[in-house]
This record gives sequence, C-alpha cells and structure tokens, in this order.
Amino acid sequence: MGKFEFNEKLCKACGICAVLCPKQVYDRDEEGKPIFARPEDCIDCKLCELRCPDFAIRMGENE
Amino acid sequence: MSEKQHVFDTFLRQDKLPHIWCPGCGNGIVINALIRAIEKTEIDPDNVVIVSGIGCSSRANGYMNFCALHTNHGRALPYATGVKMFNPKLKVIVVTGDGDCTSIGGNHFIHACRRNIDITTVVFNNNNYGMTGGQFSPTTPLGSKTKTSVYGSIDTPFDICSLAAAAGATYVARSTVYHVNMLINQIAEGINHQGFSVVEAVCDCPTLYGRLNKKGAAPDMLLGFKENAVMKAKADTMTEEELKGKIVIGNFAKRVDRKEYTAQYDSIIESAKGGH
Repeated sequence: MGKFEFNEKLCKACGICAVLCPKQVYDRDEEGKPIFARPEDCIDCKLCELRCPDFAIRMGENE
Repeated sequence: MSEKQHVFDTFLRQDKLPHIWCPGCGNGIVINALIRAIEKTEIDPDNVVIVSGIGCSSRANGYMNFCALHTNHGRALPYATGVKMFNPKLKVIVVTGDGDCTSIGGNHFIHACRRNIDITTVVFNNNNYGMTGGQFSPTTPLGSKTKTSVYGSIDTPFDICSLAAAAGATYVARSTVYHVNMLINQIAEGINHQGFSVVEAVCDCPTLYGRLNKKGAAPDMLLGFKENAVMKAKADTMTEEELKGKIVIGNFAKRVDRKEYTAQYDSIIESAKGGH
C-alpha cells in the first residue's frame, strides 16, 4: 500500500491516474480529480506517479 | 521513510508549475521520465545542459532544474553541438518535438546523427504542431486529420527512428508515454551511450490531434498506445500490411563501432600539435 500525496493545485483532472490504474484504486470527484478510495488495493507500482503529466501525485513508501 | 528528497523537488522548478500544457498532454509524462532517467544514471546534475528549440515540447527545459538553453526553431541540435564541442565533459540533452526536429531542424538532425556527437535527443512525437494550433507535421500518419489536412493527410510520414538509424545515429529507441518504465530505461541508456542517441517518445495531444481524429480523451489515447504498440523483435516478423497503424517500440540501433565526434576532434588537435 502506497502513501498518497496529492497536490490539488497541479492536477488538471485528465483522469490518466484513475483510468490507467491496474488495481483501480481511484474514484474521481465531480471535477474529475482522483480520490484515493481503495488504498488497501494499492500495490505501490507507482504508475500513477510516473504517468501523471502534471507531477501532482507522489506515492510515498510506508515505513 | 527515507531522508532522500523526492525527484520532483530535486529536478523540477516547482515555482514554475503548473505548466502551460493542456490537461493530459503527454509532454509532462516525458519530462517525468527524463528526470527519472537522469536520477537513474547518477550523473552530476551540475554537468547537465538541456537544449530545446521551439514548440510545446521545447518548453520542457524551463520546468527542469538544470542548465537550460531555449533556442531558435529547429536549431536545438546546432546549439547543443556548440555546447558539447566547447566542453565535452557536459552531458547535453536535447528536448525537441516532431516538427522542430524533423521539419524545421530536419537537416540539422540527420547531420548530427551522421557526426555521432555525444548528445542525447529526446523527440516528443505528438504527430502535429500543437503550439501553433494543430497543423500537420512530418510525422502525421497518412489519412489523419489536422487543422491543415481536414480531409486527411496525404503526405507519407517520417519514421523518426528509421531515419535516425539510417543517418548513422548509434543509439536509437522508441517508446510511448503509456510504456513509461521502458521510456525511462531508454533515456537512461541513451544518456550513458557514448555517441549520438535518439529516443522517440510517442505522446498524446488530446486537445488537437486527438480531438480531430476522434481518439478520445487523454487516458483513451494512452490505452490506444497500449493496444497498438508492437515490440521491434515482433514487428520484424510482421508484414507491412499487418503493421499498418501500429507503433513499433523498442531498440532500433545500438552500435559501438563508430568513434564519438569530440573524441575524434581531440585526436585531430593532438596530431596538429605533432603528437602523432
């Protein structure tokens, strides 16, 4: 499980993180920005962080 | 948690963000891959110079925390060559777009390939001129719609990787913004390679190219890259008909048989001095 850090100011709500997440851990709010809804499903692959075009997501590692 | 600073804090100019690109634009993903590749190679960030031309993609070096040179349209490679010749110890990386690299700077591109000078060129290929409103570029696929080809493009596109390999570039690879881990590895390999390296990053332009060709939103375009990507080894066994509409990814050239340009220049200086 990754530790989700989200910078809302940088997010442009493109939806890449939510749609392309292999474990579908995200929901999207009314603007289209991601909500880390199912953290227990996250496998910490960091693909959302790598594919975010706006550098808005940081998936930290838990201790 | 480790004490190490996050790569975004180290290598991005946070005060310049958010960037100017449209929502879902692949350019941000390529920057993300580029800074991770630089981190991976463990080169001294103070020795990195990022040179760009003009276009959406060429804004990239303004957001990265390295020495940057934003130059004339299509002329990123001549400036980069100058930087490298002046100080061969520097790691010179060129960020350029498909139009900037293969149209306006097309001749500079093939001649840089021919010279085999140690520069890493990352080509952001989004199949059109995004900054000026979506005109067709030399990589716009046949039949695709753009603002200047509303009934479909009739110009056969360039295959940037085949062009670079044929012109003599010694490291050539292609990936897409869907295949980010592959892109990071290719850019890192290109940076480590002694000689001219070209990494083509196929990216999405959801606002112009994507909308005009009904390719859907940014995530749909990325899923399209996933569906249409074919590895080079597999593509070699396929016919031209089967490869229609496919994106061939992987390594196109990796040669060590040619001498690097600045090294050759140094040996000329030595021999002119009467060394040998």
